[in-house]
Amino acid sequence: MPYSVVGKSVKRVDAVAKVTGKAKYTDDFFERDMLVGKILRSPYAHAIIKSIDVSKARALPGVEAVLTHLTVPKVKFPTAGHPYSLDPSHRDKADRLILTDKARFVGDSVAAVVAVDELVAEKALKLIEIEYEVLEALTTPEAAMREGAPLIHEDCEQNILASRGYSFGDLEAAFSESDFVFEGEYETSPVQHCHLENQVSYAYLDGEGRLVIVTSTQIPHIVRRIVGQALDIPWGGVRVIKPYVGGGFGNKQDVTIEPLNAAMTLAVGGRPVKLELSREEAMIDTRTRHAFKFRIKTGLTKDGKINGIYIAAVSNTGAYASHGHSIASSGGGKFRYLYPAQAMKYEPVTVYTNLPVAGAMRGYGTPQIFFAYESHLDEIAHKLDMDPIELRQKNFVQVGHVDLLSKNRILSCGIRECVAKGKELIRWDEKRELYKNQSGDKRRGVGMACFSYASGTHPVSIEVAGARIVMNQDGSVQLQVGATEIGQGSDTVFAQMVAEVLGLPVEMVHVISTQDTDITPFDTGSYASRQTYITGMAVKKAAEEVKAKLLDFVWGMTDIPAETLDLRERNIVFKHNGEVVMPLEQAAMQTYYDTVFGRPLTSDTSNNARVNAIPFGVTFAEVEVDIKTGKIEVLEIYNVHDSGRIVNPQLAQGQVHGGVSMGIGYALSEQLLFDEKTGKTLNNNLLDYKLPTIMDTPDIGVGFVETEDPTGAFGVKALGEPPVISPAPALRNAVFAATGVALNRLPMNPQRVFEKFKQAGLI
Amino acid sequence: MYDIQGYIEAESVSDAVALLASNPRLKIIAGGTDVLIKLRHGQMEGAELLSIRKIKELERIEQLADGTIVIGALATFAQIFHEPIIHNNIPALAEAAVSMGGPQIRNVATIGGNICNGATSADSASTLFALDARLRLRSSAGERVVPVQEFYLGPGKVDLKPDEMLSEFLISPAGFRGFGGHYIKFAMRKAMDIATLGVSVMCKISGDVFREVKIGLGVAGPTPLRCVEAEEFAKGKAIYAETLAGIGRLAVKSTNARTSWRASREYREHLVEELTQRALHVAIVRAGGAEIG
Repeated sequence: MPYSVVGKSVKRVDAVAKVTGKAKYTDDFFERDMLVGKILRSPYAHAIIKSIDVSKARALPGVEAVLTHLTVPKVKFPTAGHPYSLDPSHRDKADRLILTDKARFVGDSVAAVVAVDELVAEKALKLIEIEYEVLEALTTPEAAMREGAPLIHEDCEQNILASRGYSFGDLEAAFSESDFVFEGEYETSPVQHCHLENQVSYAYLDGEGRLVIVTSTQIPHIVRRIVGQALDIPWGGVRVIKPYVGGGFGNKQDVTIEPLNAAMTLAVGGRPVKLELSREEAMIDTRTRHAFKFRIKTGLTKDGKINGIYIAAVSNTGAYASHGHSIASSGGGKFRYLYPAQAMKYEPVTVYTNLPVAGAMRGYGTPQIFFAYESHLDEIAHKLDMDPIELRQKNFVQVGHVDLLSKNRILSCGIRECVAKGKELIRWDEKRELYKNQSGDKRRGVGMACFSYASGTHPVSIEVAGARIVMNQDGSVQLQVGATEIGQGSDTVFAQMVAEVLGLPVEMVHVISTQDTDITPFDTGSYASRQTYITGMAVKKAAEEVKAKLLDFVWGMTDIPAETLDLRERNIVFKHNGEVVMPLEQAAMQTYYDTVFGRPLTSDTSNNARVNAIPFGVTFAEVEVDIKTGKIEVLEIYNVHDSGRIVNPQLAQGQVHGGVSMGIGYALSEQLLFDEKTGKTLNNNLLDYKLPTIMDTPDIGVGFVETEDPTGAFGVKALGEPPVISPAPALRNAVFAATGVALNRLPMNPQRVFEKFKQAGLI
Repeated sequence: MYDIQGYIEAESVSDAVALLASNPRLKIIAGGTDVLIKLRHGQMEGAELLSIRKIKELERIEQLADGTIVIGALATFAQIFHEPIIHNNIPALAEAAVSMGGPQIRNVATIGGNICNGATSADSASTLFALDARLRLRSSAGERVVPVQEFYLGPGKVDLKPDEMLSEFLISPAGFRGFGGHYIKFAMRKAMDIATLGVSVMCKISGDVFREVKIGLGVAGPTPLRCVEAEEFAKGKAIYAETLAGIGRLAVKSTNARTSWRASREYREHLVEELTQRALHVAIVRAGGAEIG
């Protein structure tokens, strides 16, 4: 079905506001009498606080309050940005205090100061005297799980947070029926989101004594709930406002600074207090991507059909649970869709360590597991002397497959077409042949890797989304959604959907980008690549409701039955031939001012999506490896996605560009480094943390295979996170093809590559 | 918010050195790309800053009648990169200048600040070492000229008295005339990065023989350094791959690299050996020699 607005690269609704500086972010707002909050951080990775003396800090002129674990509510709360669950066993682990009485990583918040300005606050921090009892710093999962290791959290034996996995089919039989069983080990590093805008918020009590928090978050409604939990106050007593946000990538799908910010304003009688993290702070005390270690076994027939898969995983969650075991679970769950084997066993363990806290980050466990498995598959293909593409093609999922555990059904699948397209873009066959027998100091190779993902979280969590539309006198509308625009372009996509349904030019849909929990419809937020798919359903539903009400109203005005009418190009028209009945504006005006039937048209919708659509895709990459220096140069890279129908091709391309560049950093250069003994982060700044610059980013080729998923509004599936999943294994496989050296640990930075090449005798 | 207690702008060099003499707490700020970072990290509490940005004479880059190239301490990296005098005579310094930071940083960061900061990783340092640059230091008592090699005293420490300021760099024609040079910045990123290793080489050839080779390295020890043994070895040697390999091996002998979380000693030494040769390959061609296959 042809659409007039959906599928077009319309201009971002916030483009002008953002490029002219009119878009306001949290830091752009200012309250009268605003104070500044600063956090004192533990210098020890693992230490009990014996005593705190704040008297000198408190006495410093300009200091308004000093907070410690003794002065703030002592209620343990969870921080993960998941919807609340009525089932207590399904809730996130509550292991965090606003200020801790036991430091669990270097940088843990042990006290805080509220002062008239930053300099005074920082001076005051230095005057706080704390006596610690230092405990052993457990900086690796192995150390943490060791018999007799001190417990980071008293209630978790061996420091294991959780180890729930899954198993189906008879794996032993699957392996014994296999012609080959291959094994491999793979490892990924912790990385950081590095969104442009650091965590920032300000909080105050309003005239009614309600707590107001303005914050840079992906999840305003969840922030409201968790602040309520942390302070032990009614959730309705908290109002959270989310202005424009400068990126999140999952790091703001977590509640980090808001409870402390709230405690700060309460400590000064409700005066506004601003709390802003520096880059150095944000890199240690927000969230990171979980580092994983994998052990994999795959049983195959001699023609390459996978019989059984065994994956053991150790996930390092750091000092607090945050999203905790959900990362390992989700990665294992989303992996299952791509190569459904008759038997599979997944044994993940999520372990606490005395390192910065790992949480949600774009891809949510899938970049890790797909790096491991897609690397593993390339080694298998190599051993079977089979083209890596052919091996995958023999095992791809088919439409109609129902996942045994989630019960999600594959209703659309374009992975084969994605691979075919990518293969052609990179000229796979030609280059595989050309680069077969290389020697010399510069060697080239092509590699590829695939992925599957999900659209939202069903059936793991609820998928409620809200949308509200008000039609104005001129036929234009305001759209409010509970889902948050954080740079990904969702507001624009929603505007397109409403414009499509109501026959409006997209400029006549005004999206209210700010979420305010007092005003905005309920939605759990921006995560899980759920916007276009999940919130899209609510938006379409709201627009259709307004349309139905409008046509009904016109029926009343004209005696023309509503079902024969339609909306096109700002007109009410006959559905069958497009003949104009009246301009939209005339009808809209009547809805406001008709002396008898006047009643402005609105809709206020909520949608609980109990479906999930599985997106797929592939990365193809060509590299040149400098054998002597260990440097890997990306010459070409293509991501081809099946994300259902693409609502806005230009914005979708932007998503892919961002994701691929993030994937390249993950593959080649990024890693947070810690001192193994002390647990101190070594490179929590953007000089020493090697986020690629635009100069390091090659031209990124983007392709879409547009399937139409029947469950999504307009046939959409998720696209937000998927682009980051497969670049790292594709690059690793390209290096493998170029050099024959298997780099099974991320990142493949020059130092590490040098060591491996030396081992392999290439240097 | 920076902890700045005072800020004065000097109008001229004599004004600046008089101010320095009157207040030993004054710290010079030029482009600010190092000073502001130190302030941000709390390394300069209650800073009293003396800005020299208004002193236009320190921005000039010129070539004197005797061929000496004079680079004012306030010349920015963008200015150096775009300056024909630099391009035509010492292109390796232009290469070093453009390898530094990003465009915004290069527009304000000065070569004087880069050297006075005393870091072994300073992008301009290894080339200034290879060029045998000298520094003119001024104070209210007068001036002195020191070779760049003697200016570095240790990591972050330079031979600059509290009442002194650097006014310009002097590069004699003997340091560059007839030489071909090349700078390689080896870093993890192509921009906005600190060098893992900086290699600057200058070479003079006659026929198939090296007459003189100069090798300046950054991040191969606590300060930038010259590879004296390798330079001695190269003199008079025939230009072919084995000689270059020998120079590379000997260059490592002058280094004092250490293992840190940034890179291992073994890797750094391997890079010195490899990149010295790569830089020479280019420098030889620039000096009028043939490409070595």
